[in-house]
Amino acid sequence: MTLQRYFLEPLEVHDAKARYRQFFARMQLIRLCEEKLLALFGKGVVRGTVHTCLGQEACAVGVVNALDRSRDIVCSNHRGHGHYLAYCGDVDGLLAEVLGLPGGVCGGVGGSQHLHRDNFYTNGILGGMPPVATGMAAAEAYLETGRVVCVFLGDGAMAEGSLYEALNLAGLWKLPILFAVEHNQYAQSTHWQAQHAGALDQRAETFGVKVATLDGNDVEAVYQAAAAAVARLRSGLGPEMLFLRTYRLGPHSKGDDLRPAEELAEHWVNEPLAHLRRKLDGVWIDDLQAAQAAELETVVEDLLAVTREGR
Amino acid sequence: MTTCLQSLREGLAAAFAADERVLLLGEDVLDPYGGAFKVSQGLSSAYPGRVFSTPISEAGFTGLAVGMAMRGLKPVVEVMFGDFLTLCADQIVNHMTKFSSMYPGVSVPLVVRSPMGGGRGYGATHSQSLEKMFLGIPGLKVVAPSLVHQPGDLLRYAIVSDMAPVLFVENKLLYGQSLCTTGNDTLQVEQRDATDGYPTVVVRNLPSVAPDVTVIAYGGASRPLLSVMRRLAEEEISVKAVFPSLLCPVPLGSLLDEVCDAERLLLIEEGSAGFNWGSEVAALLYEKLYTQLKQPIGRLSAEDAIIPCAEVLENKVLVTDDKVEQAILGMME
Repeated sequence: MTLQRYFLEPLEVHDAKARYRQFFARMQLIRLCEEKLLALFGKGVVRGTVHTCLGQEACAVGVVNALDRSRDIVCSNHRGHGHYLAYCGDVDGLLAEVLGLPGGVCGGVGGSQHLHRDNFYTNGILGGMPPVATGMAAAEAYLETGRVVCVFLGDGAMAEGSLYEALNLAGLWKLPILFAVEHNQYAQSTHWQAQHAGALDQRAETFGVKVATLDGNDVEAVYQAAAAAVARLRSGLGPEMLFLRTYRLGPHSKGDDLRPAEELAEHWVNEPLAHLRRKLDGVWIDDLQAAQAAELETVVEDLLAVTREGR
Repeated sequence: MTTCLQSLREGLAAAFAADERVLLLGEDVLDPYGGAFKVSQGLSSAYPGRVFSTPISEAGFTGLAVGMAMRGLKPVVEVMFGDFLTLCADQIVNHMTKFSSMYPGVSVPLVVRSPMGGGRGYGATHSQSLEKMFLGIPGLKVVAPSLVHQPGDLLRYAIVSDMAPVLFVENKLLYGQSLCTTGNDTLQVEQRDATDGYPTVVVRNLPSVAPDVTVIAYGGASRPLLSVMRRLAEEEISVKAVFPSLLCPVPLGSLLDEVCDAERLLLIEEGSAGFNWGSEVAALLYEKLYTQLKQPIGRLSAEDAIIPCAEVLENKVLVTDDKVEQAILGMME
């Protein structure tokens, strides 16, 4: 519960410096959780699989914080831990779920890629959620609730036909849905240029979906673009897409990463935390990191104790 | 006399009247066209703004309905031909039924309706009875009215009262047929009470004579079976037919109530042979009845083959009156 406070406090809309600190705290905690899950996987404590969002924290934090988290809807994918934490900050529920414990947010039934809480839904089939999310937007529009829907997807899912059926329906019926594309450049082990013809960021326009393309590692830019899009969605101007250029720093799931070290090193330079670090005080960052890491360690130790007791 | 099509239309309209959260999505469903088989005709005029003609995007609009159902609506999806359900399969298998089973507190109350079956010369991709591909999916109910059910009542119940996802199978050749009740037919038709809203119906051609053969069948198979039963009554061959409307999960209790003393048991369905409804029902019943059966449980279905266009070729593959009669007589040898 205590780590949740980093995510739940209202966003500082007017004080940019204070907002950067909030963004940094949220992104860093997502990073720490993901690194911890990979470490636990390495120790054989986590069954199944984990898809981490290392390097993509700005997409999660920037987009989700532009929504009204008390009422809007978020649909996510197999790489959804960051989206989940940005939405509700439930570190304990997420870790317990991935560890397969009864205290997990879905009682251990869902696991890493099947999370649901309040208005947050993930599923593990690429391209499967855009039609569902479009239907949710249709329902909210029909019921005139004023809610908007955000669905996250990656460039890998942009090869699925169901996405284009959803874009067509969303554009045709002018539904309040934001397609947040995390262009992280890799689909499992395959570089996006090896599986896509043509320009990815121009595809949605042809369905009448307004697209904004930007640096997905710049959390403030993502937040501002998402906030502007959400405001337009709420006034009924039809669906939009944020095309966020980023990079998946971690492996697809566990240790299955065969990319050249030089390529990875290049992308560590402008990853979201490094990007924002330049605008913040180094001592504050170090203190925060130490505090968050210590608190996370306690949470994990408590959960592992439950595991050892036989669940 | 009411036809199956009229009953379904009335059931849809009743569902729209009962609950304003009920919507209908599908290809070409708006008036004046009213859907390829006219089940939704008149609905968009009676309920403007609640019927949506979609693009030809079965996966897309099935997923759309899943999202709508998760957010408080009760959508009905019309899939123009049952053969196209393969395009919806991911949304049915990996989304609709997973959300309702996997996530605490989430329900997905929706009905996917679709016409199945051959006999109209549409050929291999517009004539199939593909419901067997959707039997045994955890969380999915499969319902099929026959000529002795009230199809509209089943449909209204599935839409308005059932909080689980339902695949509702309509047989094409039944649409134009009159429904069969005791009052309008030489057959005796008795509907059994169903706590789950999907009753089983029992039909007898010689009610005062113990059955020579007991048949269990569903949906489109009711058309040839009822006609053969009328004919066999003249030859004083007594047949008891049991028609469940719920295919999956198998309503084993209500089937056993009707066949617990059967000695000769035959299962008939229109779908293709192998790994089908009859396979599962035969296995379940055999476990309970093996000591009393005088013959192995018989099964009749379409051939394990694609469905040709030409009538003479189609009849070789599909279940016909003659094949039903031969199967029943074969059980008595």
